[in-house]
Amino acid sequence: MKKILTASAAILMMALTMPAQAEMDIDKLKGVTPTAENHPLAKIISGYEFRNKETQMLQDDDFDNPAYIWVDAGEELWSTEDGAAGKSCAECHGDASDSMKGVKASYPKWNDAKGRPLTLQQQVNDCRTERMQAEEWGWESDEMLGMAAYVASQSRGMPVAVKTDGQMTPWFEKGKDIYYTRVGQLDMSCANCHEDNYGKNIRADMLSQGQINGFPTYRLKWQKLGSVHRRFKGCMKNIRAKPYGVGSDEFVALELYVAWRGQNLPVESPAVRQ
Amino acid sequence: MAKSKPRVKVPKTAAVGEVITIKTLISHKMESGLRKGKDGNLVPRQIINRFTAEFEGQQIFAVDIDPAISANPFLEFTMKVPGPGEFTFTWVDDDGSVYTKKSKLKIG
Amino acid sequence: MKLNRRQALALGAGALFVTLTPFRGGALASTADEEIKAFTGGATVMEDDIVSLTAPEIAENGNTVPIGVSVDSPMTSDNYVRRVRILADGNPRAAVATMHFSPLSGSAEANTRMRLAKTQNIIAIAELSDGTYHMAKAAVKVTIGGCGG
Repeated sequence: MKKILTASAAILMMALTMPAQAEMDIDKLKGVTPTAENHPLAKIISGYEFRNKETQMLQDDDFDNPAYIWVDAGEELWSTEDGAAGKSCAECHGDASDSMKGVKASYPKWNDAKGRPLTLQQQVNDCRTERMQAEEWGWESDEMLGMAAYVASQSRGMPVAVKTDGQMTPWFEKGKDIYYTRVGQLDMSCANCHEDNYGKNIRADMLSQGQINGFPTYRLKWQKLGSVHRRFKGCMKNIRAKPYGVGSDEFVALELYVAWRGQNLPVESPAVRQ
Repeated sequence: MAKSKPRVKVPKTAAVGEVITIKTLISHKMESGLRKGKDGNLVPRQIINRFTAEFEGQQIFAVDIDPAISANPFLEFTMKVPGPGEFTFTWVDDDGSVYTKKSKLKIG
Repeated sequence: MKLNRRQALALGAGALFVTLTPFRGGALASTADEEIKAFTGGATVMEDDIVSLTAPEIAENGNTVPIGVSVDSPMTSDNYVRRVRILADGNPRAAVATMHFSPLSGSAEANTRMRLAKTQNIIAIAELSDGTYHMAKAAVKVTIGGCGG
C-alpha cells in the first residue's frame, strides 16, 4: 500500500516539477525581504501576485471587492449591543480605526490570562463571553466573518509582524513541525507546494507561497468570505488528509507559523483569491 | 447572510448631460437549483431574479437575472444625468422579498 | 362519422402531441440556439463589431467570472439599445441575463459576474431600437485547479 501511495505522490510531484505552460517568473513578482535570519524564503510574495489580472482587479476596488459585504456587516455589529452586559464592542474599544489598528498584523497573539496564544476569532469570542456576557459566534458564521473582516481591514497596508519568541516558542515550533510534516494519502506537506513549488502550476492552478496576509479572504470558489482555518482544512482535504478542526491547537500553531512566514508583507485583508 | 444587504456606489454630484457610472451589489447566495446539498438532494433554486434602477420614477436600467449570475450579484451600468433627483434601486428575490436602496444626486 | 379504433387513436395522439409541444421561449428553452430564437423571434442576427464582450481568457474559477458587455450606439431617443441577452453555450442552462437599457442610460455598457460550468463561449445579443439584432462571442477557458480549485 505504501508503495502505491508514494508512487502517486511521486507522479504528483513530477506534475509539479515538469515545465508548466504558465510558470511564473518569480523575479518579476513584487515581494518583501524577511527580517528573521533563519527564514526559508529569500523573497516573500503575497498571494495577490500569483493571481490573474481579473482577480486582482476585484481586490483593488473596495466596492468591487465582494468581501466588503462582510466588512459593512462587521462595522454594524461593532456598535450593536449584544449580551446580558448590554455592551457593544464600541463601548470598550471606541473607534475601530484607532483601537484595532495593528491587530490583524500581530495576531495570533499571546494572551496572559489564558496562558496561550489566541487567534482573532478566539479573542472576539473571549470578549463576547467574558466581558459582554454574550454567546460565542461560530467560527465561520457571518457575524464572526464580518467582525474578523472589519477588524482585519483596520490593519490594511501594515506589515505582518507576529511575536514568535518567549512563551510563543513551543507554539511556533509546533506550527513549523506541522508545516513540514507529510500527511494524508498523497503524503504531502504544506512545504511541498508552497515552499518547493510556488510559481508553478498544479494542474491548472497557479501555486502561491500560501501566505495568509489577506485573510479573511473572499474566494471566488467559495463565493463568500472565509477564514484561514477554513482554507487550511481545504488544503488538507485536497491531499486526502483528515483535517484538524477550526480553532484547534494545531491550526492555531500553524496559523502562527504561517503568519511568521509572511512577515513584512502588507496586510491585504479582506483579500480576493481564486 | 440571513438578510440580503444591498450596496450602491453612485456619485453624490454630477453635471447635467454627464454619463455617470453606477455600481450595485447585493449579498445573496444565488442558489441555482442545480447544486446538490450534503444530503445528496438538489437544493431548491432561490435567486435574485430582477434588478431595476429608476431615477425620478423612470427606469434607466433593469436586468432579468438567471441562476448563472454569480453569488452576491454585482451590476455596473451608466446613466446620462438629466438633472437632480433620487435613484431607487430594487432587487426582487424568488421568495417575493423586495430589497430597496435609494440615493440622491445633486447637480454641481 | 364513425371512427375505427386506429383512426381514433391517431386523432387522440395528435391532440396529445399538440398540447405537449413546448411554448417557444418557455421553460424548456435551455440551449443557446433555443434562447437566441426565443429572444429574436427567429430574426436574423448579425455577427459584427457593434457588440463587444469583455471576459478573461482563462477564468481562475468558474464560479465567479467578471464579464462586460458594450454596444456601440448613440443612445438617443430614436437610436438606442433596447435589450442585451447574455448566454453561455456550455452551461447546463444557457440563460445568464437579459439587460434592459434606455435612452437615459447614456451608454449601453454593463459589467457583471457570472458562473461558467466549463470552457465555453459567452454570447451577447443586442436588440436595437430599429429592430435589428447583433451578436458577439467570447471564448473563456475554465480550468479545474489542482488544489482547492
